[in-house]
Amino acid sequence: MADFVMPSLGADMESATLVKWHVHPGDAVKRGQIIAEVDTDKGIIDVECFQSGIIEKLVIEPGAKIPVGALLAVIQGGEAPVAAVTPVPAPVTIAEVPHIHVSPLAKKIAAELGVDLNKLVGHGTGPGGLIDREDVEQAAKPVFSPKTRVRVSPLARRRAEELHVDVTHIQGSGPDGAIEAADIERAVAPHKPSDAMRRAIAAAMAKSKREIPHYYLQTHIDMSAMLAWLQAENQKRSIKDRLLPVVPLLKALAKALRDVPQLNGFWVDGQHRVSEAIHLGFAISMKGGGLVAPAIHDVDKKSCDELMGDLRDLIPRARSGRLRSSEMTDATITITSLGDLGVETVFGVIYPPQVAIVGLGKIMEQPWAKDGMLGVHPVMTASLAADHRATDGHLGAQFLEALNRHLQTPDQP
Amino acid sequence: MSEAELKAILFDGLREIAPEAEPEKLRPDQKIRETLDIDSFDFLKFLIALNEKTGVEIPEADYGKLNTLDAMLRYLGPKV
Repeated sequence: MADFVMPSLGADMESATLVKWHVHPGDAVKRGQIIAEVDTDKGIIDVECFQSGIIEKLVIEPGAKIPVGALLAVIQGGEAPVAAVTPVPAPVTIAEVPHIHVSPLAKKIAAELGVDLNKLVGHGTGPGGLIDREDVEQAAKPVFSPKTRVRVSPLARRRAEELHVDVTHIQGSGPDGAIEAADIERAVAPHKPSDAMRRAIAAAMAKSKREIPHYYLQTHIDMSAMLAWLQAENQKRSIKDRLLPVVPLLKALAKALRDVPQLNGFWVDGQHRVSEAIHLGFAISMKGGGLVAPAIHDVDKKSCDELMGDLRDLIPRARSGRLRSSEMTDATITITSLGDLGVETVFGVIYPPQVAIVGLGKIMEQPWAKDGMLGVHPVMTASLAADHRATDGHLGAQFLEALNRHLQTPDQP
Repeated sequence: MSEAELKAILFDGLREIAPEAEPEKLRPDQKIRETLDIDSFDFLKFLIALNEKTGVEIPEADYGKLNTLDAMLRYLGPKV
Protein backbone atom coordinates (compact mmCIF):
# COMPACT_ATOMS: atom_id res chain seq x y z
CA MET A 1 0.00 0.00 0.00
CA ALA A 2 1.29 3.46 -0.78
CA ASP A 3 0.22 6.98 -0.01
CA PHE A 4 -0.27 9.26 -2.94
CA VAL A 5 0.58 12.76 -1.76
CA MET A 6 0.42 16.20 -3.31
CA PRO A 7 3.68 16.42 -5.25
CA SER A 8 5.84 19.52 -5.21
CA LEU A 9 5.56 20.91 -8.73
CA GLY A 10 8.25 23.53 -8.39
CA ALA A 11 10.72 24.95 -5.91
CA ASP A 12 8.24 27.64 -4.95
CA MET A 13 5.02 25.65 -4.68
CA GLU A 14 3.41 25.36 -1.25
CA SER A 15 -0.05 24.12 -2.04
CA ALA A 16 -2.49 23.46 -4.85
CA THR A 17 -6.23 23.01 -5.24
CA LEU A 18 -7.52 19.63 -6.30
CA VAL A 19 -9.74 20.23 -9.33
CA LYS A 20 -10.75 16.76 -10.37
CA TRP A 21 -10.07 13.06 -9.95
CA HIS A 22 -9.72 11.01 -13.13
CA VAL A 23 -10.03 7.75 -11.19
CA HIS A 24 -12.43 6.11 -8.73
CA PRO A 25 -11.76 3.79 -5.81
CA GLY A 26 -11.18 0.30 -7.20
CA ASP A 27 -9.68 1.52 -10.49
CA ALA A 28 -6.43 -0.03 -11.65
CA VAL A 29 -3.81 2.62 -12.36
CA LYS A 30 -0.49 2.49 -14.15
CA ARG A 31 2.66 4.35 -13.28
CA GLY A 32 2.71 7.59 -15.27
CA GLN A 33 -1.09 7.60 -15.79
CA ILE A 34 -2.81 10.96 -15.23
CA ILE A 35 -5.03 10.45 -12.21
CA ALA A 36 -5.87 13.98 -11.06
CA GLU A 37 -5.88 17.65 -12.01
CA VAL A 38 -4.62 20.29 -9.63
CA ASP A 39 -4.75 24.06 -9.94
CA THR A 40 -1.41 25.74 -9.24
CA ASP A 41 0.30 29.08 -9.77
CA LYS A 42 1.34 27.73 -13.14
CA GLY A 43 -2.10 26.74 -14.30
CA ILE A 44 -3.88 23.40 -14.24
CA ILE A 45 -1.42 20.53 -13.96
CA ASP A 46 -2.22 16.91 -14.81
CA VAL A 47 -0.81 14.85 -11.97
CA GLU A 48 0.63 11.49 -12.93
CA CYS A 49 0.61 8.44 -10.70
CA PHE A 50 4.00 7.39 -9.39
CA GLN A 51 3.26 3.68 -9.13
CA SER A 52 0.97 1.01 -10.51
CA GLY A 53 -1.76 -0.52 -8.37
CA ILE A 54 -5.40 -0.19 -7.39
CA ILE A 55 -6.91 3.01 -6.01
CA GLU A 56 -8.06 2.08 -2.55
CA LYS A 57 -9.30 5.40 -1.30
CA LEU A 58 -9.57 8.99 -2.47
CA VAL A 59 -8.90 11.05 0.62
CA ILE A 60 -9.42 14.57 -0.68
CA GLU A 61 -12.47 15.97 -2.41
CA PRO A 62 -12.17 18.27 -5.42
CA GLY A 63 -12.19 21.93 -4.43
CA ALA A 64 -9.88 21.51 -1.46
CA LYS A 65 -6.61 23.38 -1.23
CA ILE A 66 -3.90 20.96 -0.16
CA PRO A 67 -0.35 21.63 1.02
CA VAL A 68 2.52 19.84 -0.69
CA GLY A 69 3.09 16.44 0.90
CA ALA A 70 -0.47 16.00 2.20
CA LEU A 71 -2.22 12.71 1.53
CA LEU A 72 -4.46 12.70 -1.56
CA ALA A 73 -5.20 9.02 -2.07
CA VAL A 74 -4.18 5.53 -1.02
CA ILE A 75 -3.00 3.11 -3.68
CA GLN A 76 -3.06 -0.60 -3.06
CA GLY A 77 -0.28 -2.96 -4.02
CA GLY A 78 0.67 -3.75 -7.59
CA GLU A 79 4.35 -3.14 -7.60
CA ALA A 80 6.46 -2.04 -4.70
CA PRO A 81 6.38 1.70 -4.04
CA VAL A 82 9.21 3.49 -5.71
CA ALA A 83 11.12 6.15 -3.91
CA ALA A 84 9.82 8.95 -6.04
CA VAL A 85 6.85 11.19 -5.62
CA THR A 86 7.75 12.91 -8.83
CA PRO A 87 5.73 10.68 -11.10
CA VAL A 88 7.95 10.20 -14.06
CA PRO A 89 7.94 7.75 -16.93
CA ALA A 90 11.72 7.70 -16.72
CA PRO A 91 12.75 8.96 -13.32
CA VAL A 92 15.64 11.32 -12.96
CA THR A 93 18.52 9.09 -12.08
CA ILE A 94 21.16 10.65 -9.97
CA ALA A 95 24.73 9.58 -10.28
CA GLU A 96 26.04 8.02 -7.10
CA VAL A 97 22.65 7.41 -5.55
CA PRO A 98 23.10 7.11 -1.80
CA HIS A 99 21.75 3.91 -0.30
CA ILE A 100 19.30 5.82 1.90
CA HIS A 101 17.55 8.33 -0.29
CA VAL A 102 17.75 11.20 2.14
CA SER A 103 19.92 14.28 2.17
CA PRO A 104 22.36 14.62 5.10
CA LEU A 105 20.76 17.87 6.23
CA ALA A 106 17.29 16.32 6.13
CA LYS A 107 18.58 13.44 8.25
CA LYS A 108 19.91 15.83 10.85
CA ILE A 109 16.68 17.85 10.99
CA ALA A 110 14.62 14.66 11.17
CA ALA A 111 16.54 13.66 14.28
CA GLU A 112 15.98 17.11 15.81
CA LEU A 113 12.27 17.19 15.05
CA GLY A 114 11.68 13.54 15.84
CA VAL A 115 10.43 12.68 12.36
CA ASP A 116 10.49 9.00 11.41
CA LEU A 117 12.32 8.91 8.06
CA ASN A 118 10.92 5.47 7.24
CA LYS A 119 7.50 7.05 6.93
CA LEU A 120 8.83 9.45 4.31
CA VAL A 121 10.20 6.76 2.01
CA GLY A 122 8.41 7.24 -1.27
CA HIS A 123 7.46 10.81 -0.44
CA GLY A 124 10.71 12.62 -1.13
CA THR A 125 10.10 15.65 -3.30
CA GLY A 126 13.72 16.36 -4.07
CA PRO A 127 15.34 15.37 -7.36
CA GLY A 128 14.88 11.67 -8.02
CA GLY A 129 12.61 11.32 -5.00
CA LEU A 130 15.26 12.41 -2.54
CA ILE A 131 13.91 13.20 0.89
CA ASP A 132 15.10 16.74 1.53
CA ARG A 133 14.84 19.27 4.31
CA GLU A 134 11.46 20.57 3.21
CA ASP A 135 9.99 17.06 3.24
CA VAL A 136 11.09 16.54 6.81
CA GLU A 137 9.83 19.93 7.93
CA GLN A 138 6.54 19.29 6.15
CA ALA A 139 6.22 15.93 7.90
CA ALA A 140 6.76 17.60 11.25
CA LYS A 141 3.76 19.85 10.66
CA PRO A 142 0.30 18.55 11.47
CA VAL A 143 -1.22 17.13 8.31
CA PHE A 144 -4.17 19.03 6.97
CA SER A 145 -7.34 17.04 7.11
CA PRO A 146 -10.83 18.14 6.24
CA LYS A 147 -12.35 19.47 9.41
CA THR A 148 -15.28 17.56 10.78
CA ARG A 149 -16.67 20.61 12.50
CA VAL A 150 -15.98 23.98 11.06
CA ARG A 151 -16.87 27.38 12.34
CA VAL A 152 -18.59 29.37 9.64
CA SER A 153 -19.96 32.88 9.89
CA PRO A 154 -23.66 33.17 9.00
CA LEU A 155 -22.88 35.36 6.00
CA ALA A 156 -20.26 32.91 4.83
CA ARG A 157 -22.70 30.04 5.17
CA ARG A 158 -25.26 31.87 3.07
CA ARG A 159 -22.68 32.70 0.37
CA ALA A 160 -21.47 29.10 0.43
CA GLU A 161 -25.00 27.86 -0.21
CA GLU A 162 -25.56 30.35 -3.00
CA LEU A 163 -22.28 29.45 -4.65
CA HIS A 164 -22.49 25.69 -3.96
CA VAL A 165 -19.24 25.66 -2.02
CA ASP A 166 -18.48 22.81 0.39
CA VAL A 167 -17.26 24.63 3.50
CA THR A 168 -15.54 21.56 4.94
CA HIS A 169 -12.78 22.02 2.38
CA ILE A 170 -12.09 25.67 2.97
CA GLN A 171 -9.44 26.98 5.26
CA GLY A 172 -10.83 29.91 7.21
CA SER A 173 -8.92 33.13 7.74
CA GLY A 174 -11.04 34.37 10.64
CA PRO A 175 -10.34 34.00 14.39
CA ASP A 176 -9.44 30.37 15.23
CA GLY A 177 -9.73 29.46 11.58
CA ALA A 178 -13.37 30.44 11.31
CA ILE A 179 -14.59 30.70 7.74
CA GLU A 180 -15.70 34.15 6.67
CA ALA A 181 -17.55 35.32 3.60
CA ALA A 182 -14.30 36.51 2.03
CA ASP A 183 -12.91 32.95 2.25
CA ILE A 184 -15.89 31.68 0.29
CA GLU A 185 -15.46 34.40 -2.35
CA ARG A 186 -11.79 33.52 -2.63
CA ALA A 187 -12.58 29.84 -3.08
CA VAL A 188 -14.71 30.52 -6.14
CA ALA A 189 -12.83 33.54 -7.49
CA PRO A 190 -11.79 33.08 -11.09
CA HIS A 191 -8.18 32.05 -11.22
CA LYS A 192 -5.87 34.86 -12.21
CA PRO A 193 -2.98 32.95 -13.69
CA SER A 194 -0.85 35.95 -14.47
CA ASP A 195 -0.88 37.26 -10.88
CA ALA A 196 -0.17 33.87 -9.37
CA MET A 197 2.44 33.10 -11.98
CA ARG A 198 4.11 36.45 -11.37
CA ARG A 199 4.36 35.59 -7.69
CA ALA A 200 5.76 32.14 -8.46
CA ILE A 201 8.39 33.60 -10.78
CA ALA A 202 9.22 36.28 -8.23
CA ALA A 203 9.72 33.67 -5.51
CA ALA A 204 11.87 31.34 -7.61
CA MET A 205 14.01 34.06 -9.17
CA ALA A 206 14.54 35.91 -5.88
CA LYS A 207 15.59 32.61 -4.27
CA SER A 208 17.97 32.01 -7.17
CA LYS A 209 19.63 35.41 -6.96
CA ARG A 210 19.75 35.22 -3.16
CA GLU A 211 21.31 31.79 -2.96
CA ILE A 212 23.07 30.96 -6.21
CA PRO A 213 26.42 32.58 -7.01
CA HIS A 214 26.03 32.81 -10.78
CA TYR A 215 28.93 33.01 -13.19
CA TYR A 216 28.40 33.96 -16.81
CA LEU A 217 30.09 32.99 -20.09
CA GLN A 218 29.23 33.70 -23.67
CA THR A 219 30.48 32.69 -27.08
CA HIS A 220 29.65 33.31 -30.73
CA ILE A 221 28.91 30.25 -32.82
CA ASP A 222 29.03 30.00 -36.62
CA MET A 223 25.67 28.48 -37.57
CA SER A 224 26.37 27.92 -41.31
CA ALA A 225 26.77 24.15 -40.96
CA MET A 226 23.66 23.71 -38.85
CA LEU A 227 21.49 25.90 -41.06
CA ALA A 228 22.72 24.14 -44.21
CA TRP A 229 21.87 20.80 -42.63
CA LEU A 230 18.45 22.11 -41.54
CA GLN A 231 17.68 23.51 -44.98
CA ALA A 232 18.55 20.19 -46.63
CA GLU A 233 16.39 18.33 -44.09
CA ASN A 234 13.45 20.69 -44.55
CA GLN A 235 13.64 20.48 -48.34
CA LYS A 236 12.83 16.79 -47.99
CA ARG A 237 9.76 17.56 -45.90
CA SER A 238 6.31 18.95 -46.52
CA ILE A 239 5.57 22.07 -44.49
CA LYS A 240 3.79 20.06 -41.79
CA ASP A 241 6.91 18.07 -40.93
CA ARG A 242 9.49 20.82 -41.14
CA LEU A 243 11.87 21.39 -38.26
CA LEU A 244 12.50 24.69 -36.56
CA PRO A 245 16.13 25.69 -35.85
CA VAL A 246 15.51 25.14 -32.15
CA VAL A 247 15.27 21.38 -32.73
CA PRO A 248 18.89 20.75 -33.87
CA LEU A 249 19.91 23.28 -31.20
CA LEU A 250 18.25 21.18 -28.49
CA LYS A 251 19.95 18.11 -29.95
CA ALA A 252 23.38 19.78 -29.87
CA LEU A 253 22.78 20.95 -26.29
CA ALA A 254 21.98 17.40 -25.19
CA LYS A 255 25.17 16.14 -26.86
CA ALA A 256 27.22 18.86 -25.16
CA LEU A 257 25.68 17.86 -21.81
CA ARG A 258 26.76 14.27 -22.47
CA ASP A 259 30.32 15.61 -22.82
CA VAL A 260 30.07 17.92 -19.79
CA PRO A 261 27.44 16.32 -17.52
CA GLN A 262 28.26 18.43 -14.46
CA LEU A 263 26.00 21.24 -15.69
CA ASN A 264 23.06 18.85 -15.89
CA GLY A 265 21.68 18.35 -12.41
CA PHE A 266 20.94 19.95 -9.08
CA TRP A 267 22.40 21.59 -6.02
CA VAL A 268 20.55 20.17 -3.01
CA ASP A 269 21.42 20.66 0.65
CA GLY A 270 24.94 21.75 -0.09
CA GLN A 271 25.64 18.93 -2.53
CA HIS A 272 26.06 18.79 -6.27
CA ARG A 273 24.00 16.00 -7.79
CA VAL A 274 24.58 15.25 -11.45
CA SER A 275 21.61 13.83 -13.35
CA GLU A 276 22.14 11.01 -15.79
CA ALA A 277 18.89 11.72 -17.62
CA ILE A 278 18.88 14.83 -19.81
CA HIS A 279 15.53 16.60 -19.45
CA LEU A 280 15.78 20.09 -20.94
CA GLY A 281 13.52 22.68 -19.36
CA PHE A 282 12.40 24.80 -22.30
CA ALA A 283 11.35 28.33 -21.38
CA ILE A 284 8.04 29.20 -23.04
CA SER A 285 6.66 32.71 -22.75
CA MET A 286 2.97 33.08 -22.02
CA LYS A 287 0.88 35.35 -24.21
CA GLY A 288 -0.20 37.57 -21.34
CA GLY A 289 3.25 37.73 -19.71
CA GLY A 290 5.03 35.25 -17.50
CA LEU A 291 6.70 32.01 -18.49
CA VAL A 292 6.98 28.32 -17.76
CA ALA A 293 9.89 26.01 -18.48
CA PRO A 294 8.46 22.50 -18.78
CA ALA A 295 10.81 19.56 -19.28
CA ILE A 296 11.32 17.93 -22.64
CA HIS A 297 12.26 14.43 -21.51
CA ASP A 298 15.32 12.46 -22.64
CA VAL A 299 16.37 14.88 -25.36
CA ASP A 300 19.61 12.93 -25.91
CA LYS A 301 17.65 9.81 -26.84
CA LYS A 302 15.16 11.40 -29.22
CA SER A 303 15.30 12.05 -32.96
CA CYS A 304 14.78 15.54 -34.38
CA ASP A 305 11.30 14.54 -35.56
CA GLU A 306 10.38 13.29 -32.11
CA LEU A 307 11.62 16.55 -30.58
CA MET A 308 9.62 18.63 -33.06
CA GLY A 309 6.57 16.54 -32.16
CA ASP A 310 7.26 17.13 -28.47
CA LEU A 311 7.42 20.90 -29.03
CA ARG A 312 4.22 20.87 -31.09
CA ASP A 313 2.52 19.12 -28.20
CA LEU A 314 4.19 21.03 -25.37
CA ILE A 315 4.02 24.69 -26.44
CA PRO A 316 0.22 24.94 -26.87
CA ARG A 317 -0.31 22.95 -23.67
CA ALA A 318 2.07 25.24 -21.76
CA ARG A 319 0.25 28.31 -23.07
CA SER A 320 -3.19 26.98 -22.25
CA GLY A 321 -2.03 25.86 -18.79
CA ARG A 322 -2.26 22.09 -19.28
CA LEU A 323 1.10 20.69 -18.27
CA ARG A 324 1.80 17.35 -16.62
CA SER A 325 3.36 17.02 -13.20
CA SER A 326 6.47 15.30 -14.57
CA GLU A 327 7.02 18.19 -16.97
CA MET A 328 6.91 20.62 -14.05
CA THR A 329 9.41 18.76 -11.92
CA ASP A 330 11.88 16.86 -14.09
CA ALA A 331 13.94 19.52 -15.87
CA THR A 332 17.65 19.03 -15.19
CA ILE A 333 18.78 22.29 -16.87
CA THR A 334 16.90 25.19 -18.51
CA ILE A 335 17.20 26.57 -22.03
CA THR A 336 15.97 30.08 -22.78
CA SER A 337 15.82 31.24 -26.35
CA LEU A 338 14.90 34.83 -27.08
CA GLY A 339 16.14 34.71 -30.65
CA ASP A 340 12.66 35.21 -32.05
CA LEU A 341 12.62 38.75 -30.75
CA GLY A 342 15.90 39.71 -32.36
CA VAL A 343 17.76 39.69 -29.08
CA GLU A 344 21.44 38.97 -29.56
CA THR A 345 22.31 37.74 -26.07
CA VAL A 346 20.35 36.51 -23.07
CA PHE A 347 21.93 35.75 -19.69
CA GLY A 348 19.51 33.62 -17.72
CA VAL A 349 18.73 33.31 -14.04
CA ILE A 350 19.12 29.71 -12.84
CA TYR A 351 15.91 27.93 -11.78
CA PRO A 352 16.75 26.37 -8.41
CA PRO A 353 17.76 23.68 -7.61
CA GLN A 354 19.19 23.38 -11.12
CA VAL A 355 22.81 24.44 -11.59
CA ALA A 356 22.81 26.02 -15.06
CA ILE A 357 20.78 27.83 -17.69
CA VAL A 358 21.73 28.23 -21.32
CA GLY A 359 20.69 31.36 -23.24
CA LEU A 360 20.37 31.37 -27.01
CA GLY A 361 20.16 34.58 -29.03
CA LYS A 362 19.00 35.34 -32.55
CA ILE A 363 20.90 33.85 -35.46
CA MET A 364 22.20 36.96 -37.25
CA GLU A 365 24.36 37.55 -40.28
CA GLN A 366 27.70 38.89 -39.07
CA PRO A 367 31.17 39.51 -40.43
CA TRP A 368 33.11 36.36 -39.57
CA ALA A 369 36.80 35.67 -40.06
CA LYS A 370 37.64 32.09 -41.01
CA ASP A 371 40.86 30.65 -42.48
CA GLY A 372 42.24 34.15 -42.88
CA MET A 373 39.22 35.29 -44.89
CA LEU A 374 36.47 37.66 -43.87
CA GLY A 375 32.99 36.57 -44.86
CA VAL A 376 29.38 36.97 -43.80
CA HIS A 377 28.09 34.06 -41.73
CA PRO A 378 24.95 33.37 -39.71
CA VAL A 379 26.14 33.67 -36.10
CA MET A 380 24.41 32.90 -32.82
CA THR A 381 25.44 34.04 -29.35
CA ALA A 382 25.17 31.27 -26.78
CA SER A 383 25.49 32.09 -23.11
CA LEU A 384 25.80 30.03 -19.98
CA ALA A 385 24.87 31.09 -16.47
CA ALA A 386 26.00 28.45 -13.98
CA ASP A 387 26.12 27.89 -10.24
CA HIS A 388 29.64 28.57 -9.01
CA ARG A 389 29.06 26.31 -6.00
CA ALA A 390 28.72 23.36 -8.38
CA THR A 391 31.10 24.16 -11.25
CA ASP A 392 33.76 26.61 -12.36
CA GLY A 393 34.22 28.75 -15.44
CA HIS A 394 36.71 26.33 -16.95
CA LEU A 395 34.09 23.61 -17.09
CA GLY A 396 31.50 26.08 -18.38
CA ALA A 397 33.89 27.00 -21.17
CA GLN A 398 34.28 23.32 -22.05
CA PHE A 399 30.52 23.04 -22.31
CA LEU A 400 30.13 26.01 -24.68
CA GLU A 401 33.01 24.67 -26.79
CA ALA A 402 31.30 21.26 -26.93
CA LEU A 403 28.08 22.98 -28.04
CA ASN A 404 29.99 24.78 -30.76
CA ARG A 405 31.63 21.53 -31.91
CA HIS A 406 28.32 19.67 -32.14
CA LEU A 407 26.70 22.51 -34.08
CA GLN A 408 29.47 22.22 -36.69
CA THR A 409 28.57 18.54 -37.21
CA PRO A 410 24.77 18.41 -36.92
CA ASP A 411 24.50 15.20 -38.96
CA GLN A 412 26.48 13.14 -36.48
CA PRO A 413 24.49 11.14 -33.97
CA MET B 1 -10.04 33.25 -54.99
CA SER B 2 -10.67 36.95 -54.51
CA GLU B 3 -8.37 39.17 -52.48
CA ALA B 4 -11.12 39.56 -49.89
CA GLU B 5 -11.42 35.77 -49.50
CA LEU B 6 -7.66 35.40 -49.20
CA LYS B 7 -7.60 38.18 -46.63
CA ALA B 8 -10.29 36.40 -44.63
CA ILE B 9 -8.17 33.23 -44.61
CA LEU B 10 -5.14 35.20 -43.44
CA PHE B 11 -7.10 36.91 -40.66
CA ASP B 12 -8.62 33.61 -39.50
CA GLY B 13 -5.17 32.06 -39.41
CA LEU B 14 -3.74 34.96 -37.41
CA ARG B 15 -6.62 34.88 -34.94
CA GLU B 16 -6.02 31.17 -34.50
CA ILE B 17 -2.44 31.67 -33.30
CA ALA B 18 -2.94 35.04 -31.60
CA PRO B 19 -6.51 35.01 -30.26
CA GLU B 20 -6.21 38.44 -28.68
CA ALA B 21 -4.99 40.03 -31.93
CA GLU B 22 -7.12 42.21 -34.13
CA PRO B 23 -5.62 41.52 -37.54
CA GLU B 24 -8.08 43.83 -39.32
CA LYS B 25 -6.33 46.70 -37.58
CA LEU B 26 -2.95 45.79 -39.08
CA ARG B 27 -1.56 48.28 -41.55
CA PRO B 28 -0.73 46.62 -44.89
CA ASP B 29 2.99 47.32 -44.45
CA GLN B 30 3.29 46.49 -40.75
CA LYS B 31 5.55 43.58 -39.84
CA ILE B 32 3.09 40.97 -38.65
CA ARG B 33 5.30 38.83 -36.41
CA GLU B 34 6.70 41.77 -34.48
CA THR B 35 3.38 43.59 -34.20
CA LEU B 36 1.40 40.60 -33.01
CA ASP B 37 4.31 39.03 -31.06
CA ILE B 38 4.23 35.74 -32.96
CA ASP B 39 7.12 33.36 -32.34
CA SER B 40 8.65 31.04 -34.93
CA PHE B 41 6.65 28.10 -33.61
CA ASP B 42 3.30 29.87 -34.01
CA PHE B 43 4.35 31.33 -37.36
CA LEU B 44 5.05 27.84 -38.67
CA LYS B 45 1.61 26.78 -37.42
CA PHE B 46 0.09 29.71 -39.30
CA LEU B 47 1.91 28.73 -42.51
CA ILE B 48 0.75 25.12 -42.15
CA ALA B 49 -2.84 26.36 -41.84
CA LEU B 50 -2.38 28.60 -44.90
CA ASN B 51 -1.03 25.64 -46.84
CA GLU B 52 -4.04 23.53 -45.84
CA LYS B 53 -6.58 26.19 -46.75
CA THR B 54 -5.05 27.49 -49.99
CA GLY B 55 -3.00 24.51 -51.18
CA VAL B 56 -0.02 26.80 -51.81
CA GLU B 57 3.32 25.17 -51.03
CA ILE B 58 5.56 27.62 -49.23
CA PRO B 59 9.23 26.57 -49.32
CA GLU B 60 11.27 27.48 -46.26
CA ALA B 61 13.37 29.89 -48.33
CA ASP B 62 10.25 32.00 -48.95
CA TYR B 63 9.25 32.47 -45.30
CA GLY B 64 10.94 35.87 -45.40
CA LYS B 65 8.60 36.98 -48.22
CA LEU B 66 5.62 36.78 -45.88
CA ASN B 67 6.45 39.58 -43.46
CA THR B 68 3.49 41.90 -43.97
CA LEU B 69 -0.13 41.66 -45.02
CA ASP B 70 0.74 43.26 -48.37
CA ALA B 71 3.62 40.87 -48.90
CA MET B 72 1.43 37.86 -48.12
CA LEU B 73 -1.25 38.98 -50.59
CA ARG B 74 1.41 39.60 -53.24
CA TYR B 75 3.01 36.21 -52.66
CA LEU B 76 -0.11 34.09 -52.32
CA GLY B 77 -2.42 36.02 -54.70
CA PRO B 78 -1.02 34.70 -57.99
CA LYS B 79 -0.67 31.17 -56.61
CA VAL B 80 -4.23 30.56 -55.36
